Amino acid sequence: MATSPSFLTALSTNAGTLLRKYAPQTVLIGLIVLFTFVSPNFMTVSNLTLMVRQISFATISAVGIMFVMVSGAIDLSIGSQIVLTNIVMAILMVRYHVNPALAILCCLAMGTLLGTLNGVLSVKLGVHPLIITLGTSTIYKGLGYIAADGKNIIGLPESFKVLGQGYLGPVPIPVAIMIVIAIIADFVLMRTYFGRYVFAMGGNAEAARLAGLDIDKMRGVTFAICGFASGITSVLLLSRVFSGQVFTGQGIEFDCLTAALLGGVSFTGGEGTIFGLITGVLIIGVLNNAMQLAGLADFYQNVVKGTVLLVAVGFDMYQRKREAKEAAASVTAK
Amino acid sequence: MADSRVVLSLRDLVKKYPGVLALDHVSMDFAEGEVHALLGENGAGKSTLIKVIAGAIKPDGGTIGLDGRQYAEMDPHLSRSLGIEVIYQEFNLVPPMSVAENIFLGSRVGGRWLVDFQTVRERAKEILGQFNIVMDPDKPVRELSPAQQRLVEIAKAVSKNVRILIMDEPSAPLSVAEVEHMFEIIKRLKQRGVTVIYISHRLEEVFRISDRVSVMRDGRYIATRVTAETNRKELIRLMVGRDLTESYPRRATAPSEVALEVRHLSGNGVRDISFSVRKGEILGLSGLVGAGRTELAQVIYGAAAAEGGEIRVHGKPVKIKSPADAIRQGIGLLPEDRKEHGLFLEMGVKWNISFPIVRRISRRGLVDTRTEGEIAEKYRERLNIRTPTLEQRVKNLSGGNQQKVVLAKSLAAESDILIFDEPTKGIDVGAKQEFYRLMCELADNGIAIIMISSDMQELLGMSDRIVVLCEGELAGQVGREQFSQDYILDLASGTH
Repeated sequence: MATSPSFLTALSTNAGTLLRKYAPQTVLIGLIVLFTFVSPNFMTVSNLTLMVRQISFATISAVGIMFVMVSGAIDLSIGSQIVLTNIVMAILMVRYHVNPALAILCCLAMGTLLGTLNGVLSVKLGVHPLIITLGTSTIYKGLGYIAADGKNIIGLPESFKVLGQGYLGPVPIPVAIMIVIAIIADFVLMRTYFGRYVFAMGGNAEAARLAGLDIDKMRGVTFAICGFASGITSVLLLSRVFSGQVFTGQGIEFDCLTAALLGGVSFTGGEGTIFGLITGVLIIGVLNNAMQLAGLADFYQNVVKGTVLLVAVGFDMYQRKREAKEAAASVTAK
Repeated sequence: MADSRVVLSLRDLVKKYPGVLALDHVSMDFAEGEVHALLGENGAGKSTLIKVIAGAIKPDGGTIGLDGRQYAEMDPHLSRSLGIEVIYQEFNLVPPMSVAENIFLGSRVGGRWLVDFQTVRERAKEILGQFNIVMDPDKPVRELSPAQQRLVEIAKAVSKNVRILIMDEPSAPLSVAEVEHMFEIIKRLKQRGVTVIYISHRLEEVFRISDRVSVMRDGRYIATRVTAETNRKELIRLMVGRDLTESYPRRATAPSEVALEVRHLSGNGVRDISFSVRKGEILGLSGLVGAGRTELAQVIYGAAAAEGGEIRVHGKPVKIKSPADAIRQGIGLLPEDRKEHGLFLEMGVKWNISFPIVRRISRRGLVDTRTEGEIAEKYRERLNIRTPTLEQRVKNLSGGNQQKVVLAKSLAAESDILIFDEPTKGIDVGAKQEFYRLMCELADNGIAIIMISSDMQELLGMSDRIVVLCEGELAGQVGREQFSQDYILDLASGTH
């Protein structure tokens, strides 16, 4: 550039940098604008409320899986955890007439336990969490089916309905819970020493170990958090569906993973923000919602979601390479 | 070399990387049958240059001339077909495959479709024989020592009708005797007219083996000298760009009471080690590669399990079962591989420095960012860490400054017994001096230092005493009055 850059070039360069930094957010806004024009039913209060409530369940689990991912691991079993805790909780309330509050506590404790088990197994056996959770996923789901014995468990107490179906003013309760959990998680990850530890073990496990971190314990704790989060999801889903069914929660881990990756959470650990994660979840939510409005069958939705994921990840890679190139070019300009 | 034919001629090579010009119009000639040493500090551009020649990366400008033909860029296949082979610093062998298979990896021997194992074995034997390498060609490479693996790589290169052999720090994992063996092989190759480009940090080796030596600095070609007509001082001056005496700072105070003592310590491949280090003392830890120096450090630091023996800190016996225990006792470790084991490269300077104490400076779990900033700033000033801001990602710092961040971590954790494992490895000459000064300053302030080093000059220059290990056992302790390179090498190689 021989002459001084004009105001417009400067603006477009800045816009480019911003766009790159906020790529997931740009995609989200782009989708919202697109669907607002395409579908008249999209941009309505009732539809948006519905959409946010739909994603609130997966978001809570996604926050849990984010702890695991930032720490450099993966949990494929969260859907199956929900299958099992859901059925057990329903049975407790329906067959054994356990007080709903107590049943909820049992569900949360059980979720935490199942998560911890993943972490402990991975540490004790020295096997990658991907394989461990693939195994436990099958077991948890199987146990859920055995407990349900082929039946839907109906007859839950009416008082239990409020969590999944009630409102706090205009806000659905699951959405309110999601917001609280996201804020707490962001706070824990970004401001506490525990959060630092999670990023450290995902960024460089050996350096973290040599700096005195108990990696094994941390592995267990991050998986416990993930299990606890899915316990909450399980409670809310049961209250929403209002009968114990083995299909509740199945496959939710893929939405969570996709959302996390869309939102810039690193698959190898050490990177990610709650802001990015929420963006990722919203992208999935908007896509699902718009396709339902358009009357597309589930099968098509899957194809679109998968494509969006690959495009997003590919775009991210392309941007990183371009940044490296531009940095190199700036050297010669000097 | 006036009578020799030029085989490889580089003209105006340019390579850009983010933030640096790795090659800045480099021109150089290499003659047939010469051993041409390439010298330069870290980041001088040597590795980039050989990667360009080998076709592993493409230059942004310039030409590579070979046999009168000009190439704008190479690719790995083309360079290989032209007789260029590279032995990189890292091993490039397939561990589960046999010696013979590794030697002929990538070249087709025998049949059109099927591997002819008989021929492969025969030809491998032949090549090993030519260079007096005694080795079973059927042995899987993973069962070989690092030195033997290096020899397999050389055999692999020469099996390919090599004309230009590039060796990047080939002696790094080798013992003295093994280096001798490698030099014999290089001499034979030279007799056959092979051009050897030899990259090494070790000036002694350059004087031993090379005919000519070229120096690079900051991505630029500086000068070429006939080895016999130059000296150590001139080469260092060319590398650094100024006169630099390899001097070691002296210290103001004498060592006082014992800070750390180990008694009959065993585990992690070391056996029955006893020694002590005093406050204000720098204790050198010497030994060949594989002697167990790093392994011993790991046991003391709790990174590997002890199987027997006792560790005493300030006179009291302590149990160290994890790095956390060691840190609590005031022991700090600066690991050899700082990028893999010492740093969080994607994180900022401040984040890294405060990491070991981040829990201590938290209130009700919340990190006190003001205290954190103050501590990071304190060590940036004290250690003169050169970084634009404390938020800068550590991966963007130079090797010397990265090492200072690792040191700052241990100091922030208030360690008073520091183990430095190869502290100046991969750090340029100027930064080394600065680091030596820092270490002496720390010792003067009463910190006990154990320094593991493979650089004999550095060991002799810096240590008050040297403990020598050989094959996992204590081979001897040498006081300053007995310091001599030969004596220590004798102890280290078990010939004493």
